[in-house]
Amino acid sequence: MQKYTATIVLFAFIALLVVLAQFSILDRYYVSVLMFMGVNVILASSLNLVNGYMGEFSCGHGGFMCVGAYVSSLCTVLMFSKNQILGAPLLPPQFAFIGFPLALMAGSAAAAIAGLVVAVPSFKTRGDYLAIITLAANYIVISAINNMEIIGGPRGFMGMSATERAMQDMLNIPWVLIFVLLGTVFTVWILRRFVSSTLGKGVPAICQDEIAAEIMSVDTNRMKLIAFMLSSGLAGLAGGLYAQVLGYVNPQSFDIMRSTEVMVMVYLGGMGSLSGAALAAILFTVLMEALRFLDVWKWVVIPLLLILLMQFRPEGLMGNKELSDLFPKLRKYYSFK
Amino acid sequence: MSLLEINGLTRRFGGLIAVNDFNIELGEHELVALIGPNGAGKTTVFNLISGFYQPSEGYIRLKGKDTKGLRPHQVTALGVARTFQGIRLWGEMHVLDNIRIAQHYRLGYSLLDCFLRTKNYTLREKAIDDIAWELLEAMDLKDCAYELPRNLPYGVQRRVEIARAMSVKPSLLLLDEPAAGLNSADVEGLIKLVRWIYDNYPVTIWMIEHQMKVVMSLCSRIKVVDFGTTIADGSPEEIQKNHTVIKAYLGDDTI
Repeated sequence: MQKYTATIVLFAFIALLVVLAQFSILDRYYVSVLMFMGVNVILASSLNLVNGYMGEFSCGHGGFMCVGAYVSSLCTVLMFSKNQILGAPLLPPQFAFIGFPLALMAGSAAAAIAGLVVAVPSFKTRGDYLAIITLAANYIVISAINNMEIIGGPRGFMGMSATERAMQDMLNIPWVLIFVLLGTVFTVWILRRFVSSTLGKGVPAICQDEIAAEIMSVDTNRMKLIAFMLSSGLAGLAGGLYAQVLGYVNPQSFDIMRSTEVMVMVYLGGMGSLSGAALAAILFTVLMEALRFLDVWKWVVIPLLLILLMQFRPEGLMGNKELSDLFPKLRKYYSFK
Repeated sequence: MSLLEINGLTRRFGGLIAVNDFNIELGEHELVALIGPNGAGKTTVFNLISGFYQPSEGYIRLKGKDTKGLRPHQVTALGVARTFQGIRLWGEMHVLDNIRIAQHYRLGYSLLDCFLRTKNYTLREKAIDDIAWELLEAMDLKDCAYELPRNLPYGVQRRVEIARAMSVKPSLLLLDEPAAGLNSADVEGLIKLVRWIYDNYPVTIWMIEHQMKVVMSLCSRIKVVDFGTTIADGSPEEIQKNHTVIKAYLGDDTI
């Protein structure tokens, strides 16, 4: 029974958040902060697989998020709202419950395939050179979308809120919040299962000594493929959710600035620590909101904090430890197996 | 059919001929040494066998299968494990994980199994775990299962590296200077360990070693190379008397 305590507490907490949002005890602002928190947790923990566990320096995570955001919004818009591409919606609004998760999946799949742009060069390239490739991948995505007039080009793309309305017409509860929270749990769950398996431990083996990994029978190319595609696929999921939260996407919101933000979260939390990345994402979101009164000066204060962090705690808040390493007693209450 | 058959193996790096027309045939269950002065091309031979370099000429056959074009992890899957001259353990993972990961080629479950934690996954992980603990027990490493390799004494790290290689369940074990950097007590331990592995596993051990004490007390056959070419091949007694070998190590006595 104790084994399931954490799971029960987690889902009770999600239910509590949903109830609070439903009866407007949490106002819309807090609910949106909560949703951005979820999106950031997905982004940070997925990037952590590459930057933390595999020790590569991917700085184009925003690009994959962008692919996911556009593909899944395109799917939902085509399915459930009037648009200039197909005109009338393809499906009646009752299908929104199935259509929306499917659109999210399509977005993740597209982002995972886009991840190949980085995964395949990574077979032969490492370190700084691979970092440049990830940067290029980010630019390719942004520039391509900027030049596609049919999906709005630099003006962006909207119409996703019709899906949310369709779902709310059926049952009036905060659907997007529910999907974001479930997406977050799914991400952490799947990553946790991956990195704790012998298969997944091939990833840090590559980080610590790639030659030894290859010689000791780890198929390094396959592991790199899995790591990059899983990471970018989950970034795509984050993108799809982000687009639905805002109801609007434009390419500029996924540029190098976004990738940097995600990287800051990973380094803040500690490389190779899943709980570190998740906590850092939450902390970062709170910090961004708390410092809102500083306006543009926020971007002076936050990098300054980063410099201080690198000076005094370069391994990040958690180092490469997990919560359960720091508080072994927690282990009694959950097993993520 | 011999376990390992190398014929006419040559490897050039630009103008340098690191290995020149190297031949050897190893059967099942042998203990062989490869010696020679520094830079003679010994490690290059090992790197060629483990698939790290491709031969310029000649072939390497493992159990009759030509290893040309195979990547190192595929060669390992055929039953070749090795250790390195400088220890190359994964320093940030505990000893147990080091030994688990080396069983990657026979994980026996897919990525989907791993996500869904299917029955197959649980069974296979259990088997991998059992093999790892069995090895740790046999090699007297049980106490440091949860230690990070970098916190262990050098001699113990060596033993962990050999244990990691053994978890591949190799039929050919390549040891690249296993006694390098060990103190004399550790060298005694190493000799015992290699002897014990040889007596308890159906494995052919081929080692590169500079310490003659190790070579002479363990190996029944020694191959000597210099400048990429084989200069002698025979039993320890023959090698000790061989003039070419003495010349290669100590230089010519005529001025």
